Amino acid sequence: MPIITYRDALNQALREEMHKDDRVFLMGEEVGVYNGAYKVSKGLLEEFGEMRVVDTPITELGFAGVGVGAAMVGLRPVVEFMTWNFALLAIDQVVNAAAKMLYMSGGQFPMPMVFRGPNGAALQLSAQHSQAWESWLAHIPGLKVVTPGTPYDAKGLLKSAIRDDNPVIVLEGEMLYNTKGEVPEEEYLIPLGKAELKREGSDCSIITSGKMVLVAMQAADTLAKEGIKIDVVDLRTIRPMDVEAITTSVKKTNRAVVLEEGWEICGIGAQVVDYIQRDCFDHLDAPVIRVHQADVPMPYAKMLERAAKPDLAKTIAAVKKVMYLEA
Amino acid sequence: MASKKKSDPSGDATLHRELLHSMILQRRFEEKVAEAYALGKIGGFCHLYIGQEAVGTGVMSELRHDDYVITTYRDHGQALARGMSARSVMAELFGRIDGCSRGKGGSMHLFDRSVGFLGGHGIVGGHVPIATGVAFAIKYRGGDQCIVCFMGEAAVNNGAFHESLNMAGLWKLPVVYVIENNRYGMGTAMNRASSIAEMYKRGETYSIHSEEVDGQDVFAVREAMSAAVARARKNYEPTLLEIKTYRFMGHSMSDAVSGTYRSKAELEEYMKRDPINLLKAKMTADGTMRENLVAEIEQEIAATVQDSWDYADASPEPPIEALYEDVLVETTSDTTQEG
Repeated sequence: MPIITYRDALNQALREEMHKDDRVFLMGEEVGVYNGAYKVSKGLLEEFGEMRVVDTPITELGFAGVGVGAAMVGLRPVVEFMTWNFALLAIDQVVNAAAKMLYMSGGQFPMPMVFRGPNGAALQLSAQHSQAWESWLAHIPGLKVVTPGTPYDAKGLLKSAIRDDNPVIVLEGEMLYNTKGEVPEEEYLIPLGKAELKREGSDCSIITSGKMVLVAMQAADTLAKEGIKIDVVDLRTIRPMDVEAITTSVKKTNRAVVLEEGWEICGIGAQVVDYIQRDCFDHLDAPVIRVHQADVPMPYAKMLERAAKPDLAKTIAAVKKVMYLEA
Repeated sequence: MASKKKSDPSGDATLHRELLHSMILQRRFEEKVAEAYALGKIGGFCHLYIGQEAVGTGVMSELRHDDYVITTYRDHGQALARGMSARSVMAELFGRIDGCSRGKGGSMHLFDRSVGFLGGHGIVGGHVPIATGVAFAIKYRGGDQCIVCFMGEAAVNNGAFHESLNMAGLWKLPVVYVIENNRYGMGTAMNRASSIAEMYKRGETYSIHSEEVDGQDVFAVREAMSAAVARARKNYEPTLLEIKTYRFMGHSMSDAVSGTYRSKAELEEYMKRDPINLLKAKMTADGTMRENLVAEIEQEIAATVQDSWDYADASPEPPIEALYEDVLVETTSDTTQEG
C-alpha cells in the first residue's frame, strides 16, 4: 500500500471529488496560483481552472459567505481557511448562516459545504496562531465536525465531508501535514460520526482525536513496555460524537483518560466525561482525568510553549494516576 | 444611464394596476400584522416595511421567476411582492406549520424556495456575502439569472458589505445590491453613522456601477432596476442602487414611531410622499386610473388579508416532533442538482 503524507491524502480527496462532481469547487486564500499555503491544493488550479479553484482576497467573512450562497443554490463549495484562527472573522457565516439555514427555512435549504483548514498549535507561533477550535464549533447544532489524525483518515473523512449534504467542519492538524501513513489506491470513504478503536487494550481507555491521536498511540506504545494495555479510541468525528464507542471502551477498561489539544473549560473532554458519567457510572474504578492545554493563551518561548501543550509525558502521568500507579 | 422607456408609463393600465395592487397589499397586510402583534398572535421582533413599498414592488417587477432574492429581517413586504402567498407569510408570523418556513423562522426568516426567496436574515450585513455567493454560482453555471440583495443603509458601514462588493467588482458577478436608505439604522441617523452622505458612492470604489434612485416613485425604481438586471444578465456586471425611502413606522413593533430619534414633523413631511399616493396621482395624471379601481383593489386585498389571518389562525402549531427536524439532512447519494 502506498505511504503518503497527510497533505497529499487531502489533495487526493479534493482531486477525486472534484473529478466526480462538477458542483464541487475549492476557494480560499492562496489555494490556486500559490498551490496552497500548506500545499494541500497543489496542482488543482492547473487541473480544474480558476472557476473551480478560486483565489480569494484576504476576506474570510466575505468568502465564507460566498461559499454559503453557492451552497444555498446547489453548488458544493469547499472553503479553505488558511488557518482556523483566521476563521474567527468568518464565524458569523459558519454559525449564523451555514449551521442554521436548513432549520430556519423549515428544511428548504440544505448547506452541502465544507469549511476546512489547519487547526491547533504548531511550533512557536504564539497566541493568535495556536488554538484548537473543536469545542467552539462542535457546540453548534447544524454542523458536523471532523478531526482526522492520520493520512488515511484525512482522505476518507474529507471525501465523506464533501459528499455530505450538511455543513461539515474539517479540522486538519497543522503539525500533521508532513506525517505519513498508508493510504490505499482504491477509493474508500470513512463514515462521519463513527469513532475508530485505533488500538486495543484492557487496562485503560484513552479517548482522543485529531493530532492527539499520535500522542495517545505513543503513550500506548510506551506503557505497553510496562505491561499496561491501552484502548485508544479515536473519535474521528467530534459532532455527532460516537458515544457508543466511548462507553463500550470504558465499560471494558473501567478507567479513562480524555486527551484533547484545546483548553480545559467547556472543552471536548468535558463532553466526553459527561457521556462517561451518564453511561458508565457503575463501571468506573477511578475518576476520569483530562489532559489538555494549560488554561493560558499560547506563549512564544519554547519552554513555556512546551509546558502549555498536552504531550506524551502528561498523558502517561494521567494514565498512571487513573490506575493508581506511581508515576 | 438607464433607458427612459420605463419612466414613461404610456398608459399601461394592466401593469399599473398590478403595481398598485402589490403596494396596497403590502400596506394592508402589514397593518393587519400590527394588529395581530398587538393581540399577541405574533411574537418576537417584527419590523414593518410601511412607507417603503415602492422599493419592493419596483424591484420585484423587473425580475424573472428564476432569479433570486435575499433580504434583511424587514422582509414581509418583499416576500409578498415576490409572489409568496399572504397565507404562507401570515402563518409563518403566527408560528404555524403552514408558514413558509414551517414555523421555524418567524418574521425575520421568511423563506420560499419555489420563488427563489432566499430568506430574511437577522444579522445586519450578514446576508450580503451570501448574495455574492449566489451570484458566483450563477456565473459558475453560465446562467443568465441575477440575484437582488436588499439591505438597509446601516449595512454599508459593515465589513461584510465591503468584502462582498470588492469580490463582486473583482470577479464581475450578476448581483444587484439594493440599499434601501430609510435614513435610520434603528434609531441612529445615517449622518451619525456614516462618514459619507451618499451611500451609493461606496460602490464606485469597487468598480461597481452605482446610482441613486427615488424609492417613493415605483417607476424610478423600475427604471434603475431594469438597467441593473440587464447588466447582470448580459455581462455579469454587478450594480449598487441606493434607493432613498423612508419608513413610516418604528424600527420594530416595540419601538416608538417618532419622538426619540426623529421628530413628528419630519415624519409628517416624509409621509407627504407616500409611495402609494404618488402612484395613484401618477395614474390619474396619465389616464390609467379609472373610477372605482382603488375601491376594487382595496376590497380584493381586504379579503386576501382577512383570509390570510383566518388561514394562519386555523393552521396548527408545529408538532413537538418538529423540534429536532431540519437540524441536519439525511445525505443521499443523489443530491439535488439545481439548474
